[in-house]
Amino acid sequence: MSVLADTMASGRGAGAHRPWLAVLHDWVVTVDHKRLGVMYVVSGLVFLAVAGLEASAMRVQLAWSGLHIVPPATFNQLFTMHGTTMVFLVGIPIVFGFANYLVPLMIGARDLAFPRLNAFGFWAFLFGGLLLYFSVLGGEGLYGGGSAPAVGWFAYAPLTGRAFSPGNSTDYWNLSILVMGFGTVATSINLIVTTLVMRCPGMTLGRLPVYVWMMLVVSGMTVIALPPLSAAQIMLLLDRFLGAHFFDTQAGGSAVMWQHFFWFFGHPEVYILMVPGFAFVSEIIPVFSRKVIFGYPMVVAASMAIGLLSMSVWAHHMFAVGMGAPLNAAFAASTMLIAVPTGIKIFNWVATMYGGRIRFATPMLFACAFIFQFLCAGLTGIMLAVVPFNWQVTDSYFVVAHFHYVLVGSLVFTIFGAIYYWFPKVTGRLLSERLGRWHFWLFVVGFNVTFLPMHWLGMMGMPRRIYTYPADRGWDFWNLVASLGVLFQGAAILVFLVNVVLALRRGERAGNDPWDAWTLEWSTGSPPPPYNFETVPAVGSRRPLWDLKHPDDPDGPHE
Amino acid sequence: MLRLACRVLLLATTATIFTISPATAGGNGVTQTPSIFAPAATPAYATRELTWIVFVITGAIFLVVAGLTVYAIMRFRRRQGDDGREPPQVYGSLQIELAWTVVPILIVVVLFLVTTRYIFAIEGRPPVPEALEVTIVGHQWWWEIRYPKLGIVTANELHVPVSDPAHPTPTFITLQSADVIHSFWIPQLAGKMDVVPNKTNRIWIDPQKAGGYVGQCAEFCGLQHAGMLLIVAVQSKEDFAKWAAQQRAPARNDAEVQAGRELFSSLSCINCHAVRGTAANGLFGPDLTHLMSRSTIGAGVIQNTPENIRSWIDDPASLKPGALMPAMKLSREDLDKVTAYLLALR
Repeated sequence: MSVLADTMASGRGAGAHRPWLAVLHDWVVTVDHKRLGVMYVVSGLVFLAVAGLEASAMRVQLAWSGLHIVPPATFNQLFTMHGTTMVFLVGIPIVFGFANYLVPLMIGARDLAFPRLNAFGFWAFLFGGLLLYFSVLGGEGLYGGGSAPAVGWFAYAPLTGRAFSPGNSTDYWNLSILVMGFGTVATSINLIVTTLVMRCPGMTLGRLPVYVWMMLVVSGMTVIALPPLSAAQIMLLLDRFLGAHFFDTQAGGSAVMWQHFFWFFGHPEVYILMVPGFAFVSEIIPVFSRKVIFGYPMVVAASMAIGLLSMSVWAHHMFAVGMGAPLNAAFAASTMLIAVPTGIKIFNWVATMYGGRIRFATPMLFACAFIFQFLCAGLTGIMLAVVPFNWQVTDSYFVVAHFHYVLVGSLVFTIFGAIYYWFPKVTGRLLSERLGRWHFWLFVVGFNVTFLPMHWLGMMGMPRRIYTYPADRGWDFWNLVASLGVLFQGAAILVFLVNVVLALRRGERAGNDPWDAWTLEWSTGSPPPPYNFETVPAVGSRRPLWDLKHPDDPDGPHE
Repeated sequence: MLRLACRVLLLATTATIFTISPATAGGNGVTQTPSIFAPAATPAYATRELTWIVFVITGAIFLVVAGLTVYAIMRFRRRQGDDGREPPQVYGSLQIELAWTVVPILIVVVLFLVTTRYIFAIEGRPPVPEALEVTIVGHQWWWEIRYPKLGIVTANELHVPVSDPAHPTPTFITLQSADVIHSFWIPQLAGKMDVVPNKTNRIWIDPQKAGGYVGQCAEFCGLQHAGMLLIVAVQSKEDFAKWAAQQRAPARNDAEVQAGRELFSSLSCINCHAVRGTAANGLFGPDLTHLMSRSTIGAGVIQNTPENIRSWIDDPASLKPGALMPAMKLSREDLDKVTAYLLALR
């Protein structure tokens, strides 16, 4: 734990040990963007482990037809908690945690614009998450035993109505996400303001690191997309407690309206989670290819295009709802169109690697696997935009495979890449490359063995969210394969944990700039002092550290 | 080179399809995979056709992009004895970037036009006078099936006549829900259509091969979502007419079953179940008029056998946890009598 102590004590001029209560107090009352960022990411990883165990329990139950290991009610709670946790308690806190940590450092600022609001955002997230899990104890309140919500992470009306979801389980789902939503919007506003007004001298918008640009887009999307979900959740609260009829179909309410609200949030949400992944690799690939990112303006423009188009694709989750042919065609068009800027990014990354001298350190391995897996995810995404094909495979395991290629094969891979890349900056220690390679290969194998067969299962007619299936469907074999893949994924995560623990105890010292990188965070200490920079830096290009290292050939004239 | 790539792609996809559509023969103990690649009705055929087109396009994109990436990774890795100098910095190229923007846009336009054609071909088909009209009502967790023009009400087993492509006799299905959202999906006949409360959806099928086709609810609808199966029995016109005539007949009501019927009518069964021509006219559960003509009970979760019927009446949750029918708590004799009565409802 010495490194953590270093981190905590750094900048206080004291290497001396402080009593743990004082340390804890420091962390609880902190408004430092770096500490809040670390707390976001660590809590996100803890929830990742919880949700991973939930998924493993489901894979055990589904390994063969007709098993009786997990009872149906529990299974439904498991996939509800798994989905909700992964999206709201893993994806969002980790991507916003990184942004918290990195954005001020990358733009040469000393903190976010509103440090207290930042702390509020974190605690709203954490207590929201704890509220969700408190449902396990308190879901049925005075009715008796505890129970987690079992309405799916999408919580479709009218299943969430009083008639079909008695007790308070559903209210825990509703309130916890409402609380977290406020926190996330607050953090997004904070990031936007910080990026717009706190940049160091010389850091024009045109010189922002690609990561910061993309997080600016993500924050914008969040501010637009999250409030409609909060609004719908308040309407659901009114339905459940005050007898309103927004979604109460028995009283003339609309079930489809909930879906519009939910997916108007839900689809931009996919990009809110995925664009940060793009942002990570847009930093990692150039550094390990030793080349400047190919086509910076295009990469930035493509991100903005994704941000805009993401607001117009939500109803592609609803092709089977019966919207009618013209609307179906319109949403097919917008969905296919968003593939264009997304594809452009892949070309830019590959072009960046092309002609480089690629060093395959662990972050780069994760980035490369990301490219292939994201390519698969994108292409199945285009297939899903083909409405008649979508009618067949929506709500089947094909969709499960598709979005796990997005959220695990792409997002989680980039998150691991980012952790290996920035861990030395945060802790001052390097993670082991050898264990990193083990982690990487086990995870690549495990991930693909689990999720690739799900494509076939979907096309073989297996629907989602079923706790068991009949023996005569011929789904057993691929389900077994998928379940076995979980073992590899679990092993990979264990290797990662070991790697982190060993690195914290006796990892190699990283120094300021272990990767020979180019953005500002590598110019300060590892870990950075609380004030980030001794003197506020001034920059003259998109790669200030490149300019320093190559005074003969600075970036400026090329931009 | 391109020809080789196409051949590899074709081979790979054929292999995949082979593994995912092993058999379509129905019957007990035989695997029946409801694969979207084993279609039997026009919407499913059209979708398979479109799926092939999309596979070829996306497969080609995959080969090109993955190929380029592999090439970049292999060709440009840092080798032993690298002098540590930085490679030439290339900041971008307007022509190249324009090319890889315009080409995807063109692909998307083509794909969109093809898709739209198929959307309207499937969704836009108007009903014909010869069409059979069926109304399916989704319940937690079973399917109510009504033939309004034929005066038939049944459950969990949709019977339709085979449709000759030369003289199509399609079936048009009106989908409604009694409680939450369900989704109607028989992969070999058509894609899904959601069954939404307070909203009426329509879908059509024209099965061209007689046989049994399986499917199940595809939208999470609560505890027993997994136990909401559906069978479509596609019959020759004669067999269908025979089945319809048998279903139209009133429930058996002779002296032999009188005692059982009276007991049944005195129990709370009749609050939820209907047996046409008796006091039982409940709507909450499946119509039992011709219960024994169906091959399964509990919406497909178990075979329709005398033992299963008896266990079901005794305690449905033992066969389908969470089923909304309560355990009837009958005495052993009453249980036998009610079971015997139901077994007579052929």
